[in-house]
Amino acid sequence: MSKPGLRQIAFYGKGGIGKSTTSQNTLAALVELQQKILIVGCDPKADSTRLILHAKAQDTVLHLAAEAGSVEDLELEDVVKIGYAGIKCVESGGPEPGVGCAGRGVITAINFLEENGAYDDVDYVSYDVLGDVVCGGFAMPIRENKAQEIYIVMSGEMMALYAANNIAKGILKYAHSGGVRLGGLICNERQTDKEIDLADALAKRLGSKLIHFVPRNNIVQHAELRRMTVIEYAPDSDQAQEYRALANKVHNNSGQGVIPTPITMEELEEMLMDFGIMKTEEQQLAELQAKEAAASA
Amino acid sequence: MSLAVNKDLDVKGLVDKVLEAYPEKSRKRRAKHINVLEAEAKDCGVKSNIKSIPGVMTIRGCAYAGSKGVVWGPIKDMIHISHGPVGCGYYSWSGRRNYYIGDTGVDSFGTMHFTSDFQEKDIVFGGDKKLHKVIEEINELFPLANGISIQSECPIGLIGDDIEAVARLKSAEIGKPIVPVRCEGFRGVSQSLGHHIANDCIRDWVFEKTSPVEGFESTPYDVTIIGDYNIGGDAWASRILLEEIGLRVIAQWSGDGTLAELENTPKAKVNLIHCYRSMNYIARHMEEKFNIPWVEYNFFGPSQIAESLRKIAALFDDKIKENAEKVIAKYQPMVDAVIAKYKTRLEGKKVMIYVGGLRPRHVVDAYHDLGMDIIGTGYEFAHNDDYQRTPHYVKEGTLIYDDVTAFELEKFVEELRPDLVASGIKEKYVFQKMGLPFRQMHSWDYSGPYHGYDGFAIFARDMDMAINNPVWNLTKAPF
Repeated sequence: MSKPGLRQIAFYGKGGIGKSTTSQNTLAALVELQQKILIVGCDPKADSTRLILHAKAQDTVLHLAAEAGSVEDLELEDVVKIGYAGIKCVESGGPEPGVGCAGRGVITAINFLEENGAYDDVDYVSYDVLGDVVCGGFAMPIRENKAQEIYIVMSGEMMALYAANNIAKGILKYAHSGGVRLGGLICNERQTDKEIDLADALAKRLGSKLIHFVPRNNIVQHAELRRMTVIEYAPDSDQAQEYRALANKVHNNSGQGVIPTPITMEELEEMLMDFGIMKTEEQQLAELQAKEAAASA
Repeated sequence: MSLAVNKDLDVKGLVDKVLEAYPEKSRKRRAKHINVLEAEAKDCGVKSNIKSIPGVMTIRGCAYAGSKGVVWGPIKDMIHISHGPVGCGYYSWSGRRNYYIGDTGVDSFGTMHFTSDFQEKDIVFGGDKKLHKVIEEINELFPLANGISIQSECPIGLIGDDIEAVARLKSAEIGKPIVPVRCEGFRGVSQSLGHHIANDCIRDWVFEKTSPVEGFESTPYDVTIIGDYNIGGDAWASRILLEEIGLRVIAQWSGDGTLAELENTPKAKVNLIHCYRSMNYIARHMEEKFNIPWVEYNFFGPSQIAESLRKIAALFDDKIKENAEKVIAKYQPMVDAVIAKYKTRLEGKKVMIYVGGLRPRHVVDAYHDLGMDIIGTGYEFAHNDDYQRTPHYVKEGTLIYDDVTAFELEKFVEELRPDLVASGIKEKYVFQKMGLPFRQMHSWDYSGPYHGYDGFAIFARDMDMAINNPVWNLTKAPF
């Protein structure tokens, strides 16, 4: 039986936004709050636990299952690896790009872990899910009795905002049938215009909050190259403190998730215009005319 | 069409009453699929080939059933892989009685069941690797199979397996045609789309890719039988008549048919099409591409057989025309004997029919020849052109029902009180338990053939056996 009070959280966000890096650093920091953690990587690339295990791509549930015949032939010990500070790591794995059904793979892997007691003696289960909620399989972690709170990793870039809004739609869909809630947005700084304001504004429009603004720092890159989290590589750095702050906020955010209120594409664009990031048609026309006037002069 | 059926009944009122059971939206939609045939109508006045309403218990099948079960399955010298999880293939195994001549497991494979038996890992990682292996094993275990078809079940389309690439590669490797068929069950509204897809695959993967057997010598009398699945030997009973009038049948599509026959078909002088619904596509294609005319014929019951033989003979020289008359005359005493024996026992009996896409009109005159009346008929998966061809056969006042639901059919039968219900296995026991004589008209209730003069004798006997069976005296109908 899983512990009463087991926290199940998931990190979603646009591809390449830094979900895995942010989640692993945050979880490594959570260990310092005496939390036992299981990471479930739900990405066929199987790179959600690299910084914790100091190695790329462990044996995944699905590859081992395919070799053995089926998941029924697997033992939990075959797929759970222990990494930094005792963090347990599992990768669902999946097919190579362009074949098969990765979504079904996620469903199979998560069911296997639950049925075999992987959640029994941990305080946190964290799902790291690829890019967007493209199909039912990748929505598995936000269905009933899975993740209670979703953290959306985003930035001030247009497509990241767009993806965040889309993920909120996915959460909304399952919020009423299950108990999933939006825990908040985590802004991973890209140094775009008015980034923190924009992230904060989107969070408010979604009825949620900006949990933390993670400043850009090259030390993350240094740590990654050494297959480590910043918490492990440079525990005394400012950036490590940022992740600790984030971990604290997540830890204290239990039960405070909301049912998101996603906005339409038009509303999203209006928001960008309000921030002066996207220009209105009049503005664009005026600029064009000014340009032509300058050229003909 | 001066004659009429259901004369003293308020059939329109009955339809309204039955449809009352539905919610408003469903009632409106279903009402468009049901009509009472009017005098001199050119069309049955029903909508068709439209998605069934969820929850109504439609009697329809799926695209896979249309391709694997109907069109491809009977090609006896090819192996047809039910590609996907085991159920689709297993539960449709030998579901149709496509008789064939050959050594099963050696050079013919009609009653065998081949499947790639998808497991979870095949879904997750894709099934192409397994398909490679299945084809290799088939080629090794059954070296006399002349080709392979890949019949897609639903998951193939969902996970996007590239079965065409596998087909091309393995075909080159084993040196035999391999035909990938995208007949996933979720496509289309019924089995009808499966027929179309299967026809298109013959066009694209047989006509376009393989070459006819060498040494084929044409004659001016070469014809094909298109759309006869040899249920209980139907195609054989048809073939002998065509041969008797002096024609040469160079291909049977697809009952007791072979890959070579498909390949040789473009050499025919004329394509004779029986099941219009399932194979008109390929007949039209051959007309456009190879300039081969096609003609519909109907070999159910002596009236239609004689008409069809004359229609076919008219396409050939006087010798064939004379032969046709001789053949009709030759069988007349047999027809007379059958009618003399059974008509007195069956005259005036009322029949309601509900089957696939052709027989609900084609068998009508066979019943008429026995003095019986069709009071209701309808198709599972017909299109508009089928309903346009139907008034030719049925009488004014006939109840027409498209894609009838289990509930509607039961209510219609209860109210119209036919003496015989002619439908499929799913309906059989419902009506027999109501105390009504029933004949399966997909499988001929394990009897047949029903085509041709020979078939008519069997048809008449079977209908008599069902209707006049003394067992019905021991039961009491609920109405």
